Amino acid sequence: MTTIAELPPGFVDKVLSAQSTFRSVMDAMARPGSVQRIVPMAGTPATMMRGTAAIALTLFDHDTPLWLDARMSESSDVLKWLKFHTGAPVIQDSAIAAFALISDGGALPALERFALGTNEYPDRSTTVIIQVDSLDAGRSFELRGPGIDGVATLQASIKPFDLFERLRFNEPLFPRGIDVVLVADDAVVAIPRTTRVMSKGG
Amino acid sequence: MNAPAYNFAYLDEQTKRMIRRAILKAIAIPGYQVPFASREMPMPYGWGTGGVQVTAAILGPQDVLKVIDQGSDDTTNAISIRKFFAKTAGVATTTATEDATVIQTRHRIPEAALHANQVLVYQVPIPEPLRFLEPRETETRRMHALAEYGLMHVKLYEDIARFGHIATAYAYPVKVNARYVMDPSPTPKFDNPKMDNCPALQLFGAGREKRIYAIPPYTKVVSLDFEDHPFEPYRFNAPCALCAAENSYLDEIVTDDKGSRMFVCSDTDYCEGRQAAGHHGALSAAPYKDKAQGGANG
Repeated sequence: MTTIAELPPGFVDKVLSAQSTFRSVMDAMARPGSVQRIVPMAGTPATMMRGTAAIALTLFDHDTPLWLDARMSESSDVLKWLKFHTGAPVIQDSAIAAFALISDGGALPALERFALGTNEYPDRSTTVIIQVDSLDAGRSFELRGPGIDGVATLQASIKPFDLFERLRFNEPLFPRGIDVVLVADDAVVAIPRTTRVMSKGG
Repeated sequence: MNAPAYNFAYLDEQTKRMIRRAILKAIAIPGYQVPFASREMPMPYGWGTGGVQVTAAILGPQDVLKVIDQGSDDTTNAISIRKFFAKTAGVATTTATEDATVIQTRHRIPEAALHANQVLVYQVPIPEPLRFLEPRETETRRMHALAEYGLMHVKLYEDIARFGHIATAYAYPVKVNARYVMDPSPTPKFDNPKMDNCPALQLFGAGREKRIYAIPPYTKVVSLDFEDHPFEPYRFNAPCALCAAENSYLDEIVTDDKGSRMFVCSDTDYCEGRQAAGHHGALSAAPYKDKAQGGANG
């Protein structure tokens, strides 16, 4: 049984750490494909990366229902840490989640199972945060769309391997859709629903 | 210990989280107005409470803040908001467009080109471009959902039928990323082309109407028009009376009660920069600018 004293800590400076983390995520969302660094560090429960933990402390609270993948939801460390530090309710129904945390990309459920928003309120959609192996090495991708001056290139090693193919379902859905945040340790890349990703040379 | 009575940048952390989530959605859906739980601010609606809340949610200690009101750094609204953040967040402030990382603006876009490390925060009174054509929120929301913007084109057409040209001079509607029609806030239409493919992130906050929207960097922003009546940015045809600029947006200033007037740059930083660089307009009376500056001013 973990006591609160044994939980990994949150931010040392709640206010400025959250601000710095948010600016990294905002820059990532505004410039898809650019790799942003998350500087402030918090304690991380098992299966959660540093970047994910910082984003959780920055954006989650009692207003944001969370959906966790199997590996996260099986970890009582993660559940207790999220509950104590953010107060966000963990839910079973991914279709009403504000955020989804994916530690095992290989087991990412069909994206249609998350909230896609409505045509009247496309903002009522799930932001899917996926932990990946690397955001500076691996396959090359070309990104186009708002926030990108022409073409952006991203090198990433991610699971599921066909994530970007699956994200193409965003195109006909727009303005509905899924926004994805990729995290590798302290690196963050965002793929909002407007971004079109192609395998380089493929 | 004399602890401050308010949080960094005034807003409490729960409010900032809520606004930050809205900003992320706004960036992901360019031009779409995200509802948010706007708070009471220690200033009245109409003073820029939407912009102030957006600025408070993004501002950090390393930021350098510039605030303009109709292009001017030294009017009451700009000074009071600048002081508000200097006091509550302790951030550095500037009037130089180039040095700022966050620029909060009321109804102008600076003349100097913005760069990628800047965020432009607009204060918005009425965020819904269709509101004066259709007062019901349920209807305008459906019109946005269906991308049904015929009514806006009818409005512009009626301008042409009545006046011979599109008479909308400010808050001129734009289409963002070929999807959402958006109100650029009451900026003069002179500024509309600057929103297109802009390297800086543009965020819009409407406090009373409780909406946040955004234009990501390098996003296509097109002013609505017709093939035979293309969009034309309006500018009064005269050089600035102080700095002789021929390409800046001008304010008309009444100088006496006999009808005399002068036209000067609305962007005070731009105008002062040009005067310091030795440009003089017809009414420039700034002898100190003639002296050698010794490289102290840029």
